[in-house]
This record gives sequence, C-alpha cells and structure tokens, in this order.
Amino acid sequence: MSRRTRVVTTAVLAAMALVLGACAEDTGAGSGSGDAGNPTGTIREGLKITFLPKQVNNPYFETSDNKGGKPAVEEFKGQYAQTGPSEASPSAQVSYINTLSQQGTDVIIIAANDQDAVCGSLTEAKAAGAKVITYDSDTKPECRDAFVNQASPEGIAQTQIKLISEAVGPEGGEIAILSATANATNQNAWIELMKTELAKPEYSKLRLVATVYGDDQDEKSFQEAQGLLSKYPDLKGIVSPTTVGIAAAARYLSGSSYQGKVQLTGLGTPNQLRQYVKDGTVKSFALWNPADLGYLAAYTGAALASGIITGKEGETFTAGKLGEYTVGANGEVLLGDPFEFTAANIDEFDF
Amino acid sequence: MAPDTQAVPAGTTGPRWPLPRRLLGSWDAVLLIALAAVVIVAAASVEGVGSPRFYRFVALEAIPIALIALPMTLVVITGEIDLSVASTVGLTCSVLGQLWHLGVTSLPLLIGLSLLLGAVLGAVNGVFVTVFGLPSLAVTIGTLALYRGLAYVVLGDRAVADYPPAWTRNAVAPIPGTVVPWFVLVLAALAVAFGVLLYATPVGRSLYAMGNNAEAATFSGIAVLRTKFWLFVATGAMAALAGVFWTFRFASARADNATGLELAVVAAVLLGGVSIFGGRGGLVGVLAAVALLVVLRNALQLASVPANTLTIVTGTLLILSVVGPNLVRATRERWRRRRPTTTVEGTPS
Repeated sequence: MSRRTRVVTTAVLAAMALVLGACAEDTGAGSGSGDAGNPTGTIREGLKITFLPKQVNNPYFETSDNKGGKPAVEEFKGQYAQTGPSEASPSAQVSYINTLSQQGTDVIIIAANDQDAVCGSLTEAKAAGAKVITYDSDTKPECRDAFVNQASPEGIAQTQIKLISEAVGPEGGEIAILSATANATNQNAWIELMKTELAKPEYSKLRLVATVYGDDQDEKSFQEAQGLLSKYPDLKGIVSPTTVGIAAAARYLSGSSYQGKVQLTGLGTPNQLRQYVKDGTVKSFALWNPADLGYLAAYTGAALASGIITGKEGETFTAGKLGEYTVGANGEVLLGDPFEFTAANIDEFDF
Repeated sequence: MAPDTQAVPAGTTGPRWPLPRRLLGSWDAVLLIALAAVVIVAAASVEGVGSPRFYRFVALEAIPIALIALPMTLVVITGEIDLSVASTVGLTCSVLGQLWHLGVTSLPLLIGLSLLLGAVLGAVNGVFVTVFGLPSLAVTIGTLALYRGLAYVVLGDRAVADYPPAWTRNAVAPIPGTVVPWFVLVLAALAVAFGVLLYATPVGRSLYAMGNNAEAATFSGIAVLRTKFWLFVATGAMAALAGVFWTFRFASARADNATGLELAVVAAVLLGGVSIFGGRGGLVGVLAAVALLVVLRNALQLASVPANTLTIVTGTLLILSVVGPNLVRATRERWRRRRPTTTVEGTPS
C-alpha cells in the first residue's frame, strides 16, 4: 500500500464512520400545542420564524418578507430569517425545507412553487415540530397548518369593477378586459365574478364589450390593447387583471392619443406603473400590500406556534397593527380587500 | 507527493495497471480526501450535518444526479456530451403524469413505458450524432429545447399529482432499520454495472480510445459509431429512470421538472475528473464529485449561507473542476520530467 492510498483509505474510513455513527433514526419532538386554541394566550418570545419565498432577490418577496414579516417578528421578539433558492423551482425549495426542519425552525412561512411537490418535505418538517404557514401560493391543505390568503377572488373582482367605474365616471360606457391566457384558472374565475359584479344595478351603465388575451406576454398584450381601441372607438375603459397586461396597456395608452380618455385599471405593481400613475394614464390600480401579507403571515405563524390558534375554522387572534383575524374554512386567513394604489400613496411602495 | 504519483494519467492506462491503481488515480484521491474533509469539518462545525436526516436528504438529492452522471461519464469519455438529459427527465415526467391521468394505473407498465421513452429520446440524439455525424453539443442543445417544449405540449402548465400515496411514500422509503433510502441500492447496483462495463470489458476500454482519437479507434476495429449510439440510448433511459424517481419523490409531474439538472450532472462529471475533450476519467471520481457537490451544498445551506453566495461557491467549484484535474496532471508531468524515468514501470508499490 502506498502512502497516498493509505491516506485516502484513512480519510474515507473516517468519513464512513461518521456517516454510520449517525445512522440511527432521530425523532423530532413535537411542540405539542394541544387540541384547542387558547385565544387568551400570548405569543411566545424567541420563536424562530423563517420565510421561504418562491425565490430570493424577488422585489415582491423582499417587500413581503423584509418589510412585513421582519417588523412583525421583531414586535413579538422572535428570530426572523429569510432563506430560499435563487430560482423558483419546487425541487430547490424542497432542499431548503429540509434544511429548515433540520435546523429546528419553529415556524416555516412558505410561498409554494408547487402545491404538491413540497408536500412531502413539509409534512416531515411538521413531524419534526415546525408549524407551517403558506402565503401567496398555497399547498394542499393537509400539508400546512394555515394559509394566509392575500385576496379572495370576490374581493379582487369587486375592487376592479369599482375602480374602473370610478375612473370612467357616472356616464359609464363600453369597457373591455385584457386578460392573460385563455385557460388561466384564476383569471377566468375573476372574469366570471367581474361579470356577476357588472350585473349589479349600480354598474348598469358599464357594458363589457370584449375580453382579449395577451398571454402574459408584453408584446402580445400591447398589440391586443392596440387592437381593442381600433375595434371599439367608443371604448371608455380597460381592466387588466394581470401585471403584464396592465403594464403593456399603460405603455400603449400613454404613448397614444387615447391617454386620459380611455381609462385603465387592473392588478399591477407600483414599480411598473409608477410613471403611468404620475402621467395620468392610470388613476388607480389594485393589488394586495405584500408587506401586510408578510406581516400577517408572521403573526399567524406565531399564534400557531404559541397555541393561540390551531388552524381550525372560527378561531381568532390579533395580528399586531392589522387587528383581529379569524381563521376561515380550510385554515385560511384572509388578508382583506385588495389594496388600492393611487398617485397619493404610490411612492410609499417599492416592489 | 509520494514518488509513485508519476503513474500514467488516470483512465488512459490500458490493462497494465492492476484495478486498485486505476480506481485511485490521483484526482480521484484529491476528490475523496476533499469529500472526507468536507464531511468531517461540516459535521464538527455546522449543527445538524452529522445527523441521519442530513444523510437521508443528501442521498435523496444525489440520486437523480448520480443516475444520469453514470452514463454521462461514459459519453464524455468518448468525447461526446448530452445536454438534453434534464429535458428528457422533464418530458418523461410529463408523459408519465399524462399516462396516469389518462388511466394507466399499472406501476410496472408506467415505469416500462417511461424507460422506453427515455431510450427513444436518447436514440434520437444518437442517430443525429452517429448517422448524420453532427456534433453532440449542437444536437443535444437542440433536443434540450425540443424535449422541454414537447413536455409543455404534453402537460401544459398543469401538474399531475394524484398518485397513490403508497407510490410516493415508497419512492423515498428507507431500507428497513436504517435511514438510507432504498433507491440508493438501485443506484449502487447500476453504478456497479456501469463500473464493470467501463473497467472490465473491452467495450469499456475502447471508450477511452474513441475519446483520444476516434479515427484511430475506428481503424483499429472498434465500432465507434455503434457504441456511441448505444451510449446515448443508455443516457436517455437513465434520465428517464431519474424522471420516474423525480415524479414520485416530489409527487408531482410537471413540464418544468428538473430544469437545469443537466448543469449539475455535467458539473459533477467534470469535477469528477472526466476530461471534456474525452479519453480520460472514471466513475469513482464522478460519484465522489456528486457526493461532494450535494454534501457541500446542503452543509452550506444548513450553515445559513444565502443562495447568492451558494451560487458563487458552485460556480467556483465548476472552474476548479476544469482547472483542477489539468493542474494535477501538469504537476505530475513536471515531476516526471524533473526525474528521468527510472521509475519501475509495471511494478506499482
């Protein structure tokens, strides 16, 4: 045996000994919060709360986690952390969930990249004693303790119709919807609910004349917006419940003679629409406030880990400055109505 | 370095050296020592690294990479490459999910059809490379896009996830009494099979000849094209096996499954000491490299190193993987030149 071979063999044997020595099943101890919630309880201090967004370096999640979750965790004296993959893939997220369950994190707050793929590892993390909260994107209900929902489809539909009605004015007129893809589940649900909303007497003067699809591609959305205006010269307003669509439509309108004459609203982010709000193309648009979403998720996780709630329908807890919340069906906690962005408040946001 | 390190570069040796010598070419040794060092240092300094759960997670993560790295090693040794493997995984996942969705409920049939699909996808690569004589780099970049596109045609942006819980549980189930996933045994068996093929058969040894000089290999009677064709088929089938594992491990068949996995595989193969130009390398180094990459990544994650830093570490390792083996080789060359070869050839140690 040469010296090198001996060195290698020794090193390999040492490593194997370490591996084998560790090969006895370890059992995670549950934190045992009992069967029923204790609404009068207080949040435990020192809770380790980690946010696991779809991906890091994403402005939306930087806002929800660092501007919402972090202040909340500091308020109840917990330990805040954010971790996650640099690409939004389910398998990369699984690896991070596994890391968190090994680190003995008390609360994992995750925006799932796939509602099924992360389930196995989340279940394992729960078995190891962690409380699992989903925010932004849910998993299957059995894989988490609670879901903090940013907005209900009804709330989104109502807000959008309200905003377009306000923008168009009391005379009403023709409006159109610029959607994402024709088979996007959430878009279609919102469009149906918007139609229900339009049937109400207070919106009788608004007439939906077309629904077009920009496929969430900037260029296609731009062309569809252009097409709408040449096809419907009397068009008074466009609702685009997708961030790609509203930005493309705003770009088209702001550079055309229709600016200010044809109203635009929908779901968008402040950073992409800031200039169009300032130049008057868009009076107002909606989205939830991601900072509030992160804030509520942190409080929901803390309430669960402290035994104040267990995730059953009807339980209540207080989420700091946001006030009291009630757990809904399937462990859902609803943030509230979408947040309305206008020229007056848009500069308070950066995402 | 011990004087006997002037052995002929790993893998290029013919049958002259006894098997243990060839298995422990010096880059392999560097990798195994690095692996042991990372394990020891991490276990001592990062909480949780020594735990059984850590090794379970590491094993689960390493399995798909290692499965594909086995045939990829052979492909790269012959001087070719297959970049379409991750897309093959994705397409296999999509078809598997769709078949289940359409009512194929026999697990053996699903696995069989998946492997067959993988073999066909590999054969397509093989035909383009061997029959039409196109460079494998170009061909497989094409099929990388093509197979991923087809995966989206099959499944769109849907996910198929309603498999029987027993299937998904069994995919990650440990060997009774341990924490080691049973699929590690499948991997081990396949590693042995590929090892025997590479080190103990004339075909295996001919792969090095092809990688060094395909023309010369052809003239010396080696069926270069036929062998390469079957290597691509094997790569496709192994990628499909990884796809089956992937689907049931994550309980989710999606068109974007395993996106980017080809980079992890190629990184492991290169870090494992296989020359990108062909003709050099072996399975021991590659498997050590897979373990090293996955252990390092998981240990750093446990140490709460942010994803951005992690990417930098991985990138640096990749650079090292190309520079390292060459540096080791160059150093040995210099050693050899400095001391005129009075070394006893053929009588190691």
